[in-house]
Formats: sequence, structure tokens, C-alpha cells
Amino acid sequence: MKSIWPILIVDDEEVMCESMAAWLREDGHRVDTAPNGRRAVEMAQATDYAIYFIDLKMPGGMDGIETMMEIRRIRPEASIIIITAYATVDTAIQAMKEGAQEYIVKPCNPQEISLLVSRILKVRKLQRENAILRKKLSRQYNRFDVITKNARMQEILGLARDIASLRSTVLVRGESGTGKELVARAIHYSGDRASKPFITVSCAALTETLLESELFGYEKGAFTGAGGQTRGKFELADGGTIFLDEIGDISPKLQADLLRVLQERCFYRVGGTEEVRVDVRVIAATNKDLAQLVAEGKFRDDLYYRLNVIEIKIPPLRERREDIPLLAEHFVERISHELDKEVSGISSEALKVLIDYDWPGNVRELENAIERAIVTCRNGTLEEGGFSALRVGARQPWTVPDLPLAELERQAIVAALERRSGNVKEAAAALGIDRSTLYDKLKRYEIRR
Amino acid sequence: MTTLYIVAVGPVPPEPMEWIQAAAAEWFPFPIQRLETLAIPENAYNTARGQYESVEIMKALARTAPRDTARILGVTAADLAIPMLSFLFGQAQLDGIVALVSLCRLRQEFYDLLSDEVLFRERTVKETLHELGHTFGLTHCHDARCPMSLATDIVLVDSKNERYCARCGAYLARRFASFNGAHS
Repeated sequence: MKSIWPILIVDDEEVMCESMAAWLREDGHRVDTAPNGRRAVEMAQATDYAIYFIDLKMPGGMDGIETMMEIRRIRPEASIIIITAYATVDTAIQAMKEGAQEYIVKPCNPQEISLLVSRILKVRKLQRENAILRKKLSRQYNRFDVITKNARMQEILGLARDIASLRSTVLVRGESGTGKELVARAIHYSGDRASKPFITVSCAALTETLLESELFGYEKGAFTGAGGQTRGKFELADGGTIFLDEIGDISPKLQADLLRVLQERCFYRVGGTEEVRVDVRVIAATNKDLAQLVAEGKFRDDLYYRLNVIEIKIPPLRERREDIPLLAEHFVERISHELDKEVSGISSEALKVLIDYDWPGNVRELENAIERAIVTCRNGTLEEGGFSALRVGARQPWTVPDLPLAELERQAIVAALERRSGNVKEAAAALGIDRSTLYDKLKRYEIRR
Repeated sequence: MTTLYIVAVGPVPPEPMEWIQAAAAEWFPFPIQRLETLAIPENAYNTARGQYESVEIMKALARTAPRDTARILGVTAADLAIPMLSFLFGQAQLDGIVALVSLCRLRQEFYDLLSDEVLFRERTVKETLHELGHTFGLTHCHDARCPMSLATDIVLVDSKNERYCARCGAYLARRFASFNGAHS
């Protein structure tokens, strides 16, 4: 079997080059030879050799060490083996200091060379596999990457990079589906904490008690069913970042507990007496107006100021329509690959529908719409018909009718709910009010979902 | 029809030449002929090492090869080496016409052991198949029992079989099926 790793032998003696090359070729290697250092450097520029055998003593021009240093400059990853018939400890040390991987004295046992070459190539193979895995991992990460050409979003990404290695708390604001978690991930993975955990907690999804044990963990016997000591998200995120989504929904008690963690970097597990210290960066996110909640007395002002050290506000998709074709293309490529379905792109008519739509559910809604269209696509291109569900909500030029303000509001609420199949959370987000306000209005206008 | 030539390089006893000829006839579908013994080129001897440069002997073999040569296999009792390596059991041009086998280190006596003709014959056959295999494009095989596996000491030679593994055998069969002349 042919090896994919080429080898270069550099020696002024032709017989040495050719005999060694012939021997290595019998082992399936691709082997080239160079009669001097200058030629070797030229060849190294043209070909990425895995191993260089370089004779230490080459009369005239570059000697082995100079050749090695020049090749090392061009190909820092290459393995260099210095060959000499004049073995001295000094030259061996010098060669190794300058970056030779091995130093061999000719003639040497065939087994020695064979083992050396296979050992180096094994490492190269592992490095290559590692690089492939890293690439795959980075592709996975790209799943969460922020795709934009919008100037405001570019500024946000720049800020995310700038603050990545700071420990300061960050508050990410934006409507549902705008990509608050993506921005949080971008901050985490661009900074010093990238190799440490990124832990996500959705604060709205859990009751106060559950959220408390979820965040801080619990001791054995802390409550019924607490069978053993369990670490909470803060402990799991030690050294890394904890992303607290929908922070505006946490109870007053948890607000107090969280404030303590932010101030003192320590907490107690539920039912525990031992203080737990952690080094965690907190990134919180909300689609609510926290300042308003503070004004209404629903959110602690001291916690708000602790969280709001650095604020990032993500614009909704309707305010960055130039990103819609870019995002749509990205989702088509990714989702069609994941679903193993051949879809080449989106027709210009369909793209117009996407650009015209207001996307109350933002990027997440766009992603879902694309996935739905891909699933039902039959001819390899996403057509207008694949997005018929959006047409109801497409922007239409409209004039405001002369109606009482309350009636206009009622109609807006009904329309928002209809477009989202009665989903209050999404309708509230689209209307720019919180859920409880929407419930109040539903009650006032006697609207049934 | 081209021919596989076998030639002694320097003095070689008749028995190994016969073993080699029989092994070549069993595996390679060419007329086989012996050539007159070739003298070891004087410039092949490396006085500093007390060994013979295989490259010089192979050059002499290439010069000796008749026009209708399919392959030419030299057999020598000399201890072979190349500048980089301390010894060789043999050498071949990968996908070329010249192969060379040294009997020196295949004998038990080289290792100060009692002579063993059976072992010597087996080793000679294995080394013959190995070097001729290279001339037909076979590189080292990962199956340690295949004669095409790399042997860097005599123990590894002894762990080989006297027949190609299925993969190498199949490769040679395909190669011979498409063989249409010299240097193919």
C-alpha cells in the first residue's frame, strides 16, 4: 500500500540517496532525493514532506544544520532526522537544539530506521486525525456561529471578541430567537475559558425549587428523592461560563441567591452547610425589559446592576433583513445535509417571501421555516409554495384604518395570535409586550385563543 | 516471450541456485534461464566495512541483462550493505528489472550456529520471493507471514511462509495477466 506521507533524502552522495530511497520505496513510501541543501529547500517549498533525512556534512553551500533550519522555517511541522557518519555528542546536541527530531549515525541497523519511520508516521497520522476531528468540532461549533453582514451585528461580534477573556458579567438582550445563546457561546469560545465548560440553564423552564437545586446542586437528603450529593450547574461550569437564559423570570429568592454568587463567588448546595467556591463567568439573557421590571419592583436593582456590567442588545431579524438571504442559504446547506436531502437552493420568488416576512420568532423561526420547506421539497429547489404558511404574515402595504385605539390593539393581538397558532409567548414577543401583559389584554378584550 | 534470468554473482554453491530456480518457476510464469556467473565488481567492496555495496552489484546486473530480460535476479554469497544501513538480505528495483539476494546472513553459521540446510533453503526461497515480488511492484506486506513483509532480522525471515499471502498473490496474478513484455 502506498504511503501518503512523502519523504525527502538530502545528501551530496548520490549512492547514499538512491540506495536509501530504493530501500524506503520497497516499504511503500514516496521518496524524493536532493543533492544539496539549496535544492532541498526548493523541494520543501513545493512539497509538504513528512520526513526529511538530512546529511550533516555536505560540502559547499548549506550544511545539514543550515538546511534543517531553513526547512524548519518553511515547514515547522516536518520531522527532521539528521544523518552523520561523524557522530559526536556536540553535533548531536546542536542538531537537536535546532529542531532535529532524531539524530542517527550511519550505517545503522535497518530495524532502527524502519521503527523510526513508522513511529514518526504514526504520530503524523494521529496529528492528521486530530486535525480532522478539530475541523469537525469546529464545524459543529459553526452550527452555533453567528452569520451576519449587518453592521450592528458585526459590532456585537467585535464586542463579543473584545470582552471574551474578561470575567465581567454580560447581559444579552433581544427578542426570542434572535440568537442570544449564540452570542453567549461566541463570547465563551473566543476567550480564555474556551476549553472549559459552557453550561446553559433556562430559568423560565423550571419552578423555583427545581431551579435552585439545578443551579446550586443539593446534598443527600436535602429533600425527598435527594439520594446523593449532586453538583449544580454553577459547579459544573467551574472555570467556564454559565449562561442563564430568561433571567427576567427568576423568583425573588433566587434573585437574592444569584446576587450572592455574583458578589462572593460562592454558594451553598441545597441542604448543605459547606460553602462551595467557583470561578464562573455569568452571561445572562432576557427578552424582557429588566429596567422596566426593576421600576415595577419585580427585579432586584442590585442584581440588575451586577448583571448589566456589559450589555449587548441583539436586533430582531426584521431590523437586519440583509441577513435573511445569507441565513437562509446557510440553513439550506446545513439542514439539507443533516436530513440527507439534495436541495440546491431557494428560488428568487421564495427568497422575496422570506425577505418580506417580519419574522416575529426571528432567526429560529426562519430556521424552522427552512427545515419545513426542505422536508416538503420535491424538485431540489425551495419554491414560494414551500413557505405558504408565512404568506399570512408577509408584510403588506397597509393604511391604518380610523378605529378606536383599543380596537386597533385588539385586532393586532388577534392577528399576532392567529399567526402563531395561539402561542402566547411568541405573540407577546412579536407585540413587544411580556406574557403577563398579554394575558391581561386577552382578558380585557375577551379574546379566546 | 521475455525471460527471467538468474545469475550467480561471485561464487555460489549449486544447491541454492536450484532452490531459487525452482521457487521462481513455481511463482513466476516466465521461461527461466541461468546466466554465467558474474564476477563481483571490484568497486563494490567497501574495505572500511568489509561488506559489498549492493548498488554497485545491481548496476552490474543491469548491464548484464540480455535484451529479452523480464527480470534478472542476482544471487551472491557476499554480505551486502548500503551506506545508510548496516546490512541487507537483498535488494530490488521496485517495479524494475533487477533483484539481488544475499545468502550470507541466511545461513545459520553467520550467527555462530550449527549449519541447517532445511532452514537455509526456506530462507533462500522466502528472500527470492521477496525481492522478485518487489520487481513486480509489490511493497512490504503487513502480514508478517507473507514473504513480502519487511524483515529487519533473521527471526522475522523465519516467521514468514514460503508462499505469498492471498492479497499479494492476487496482485501478482493480476499483474501477470496484463504482462505484455519486458520491463512491464
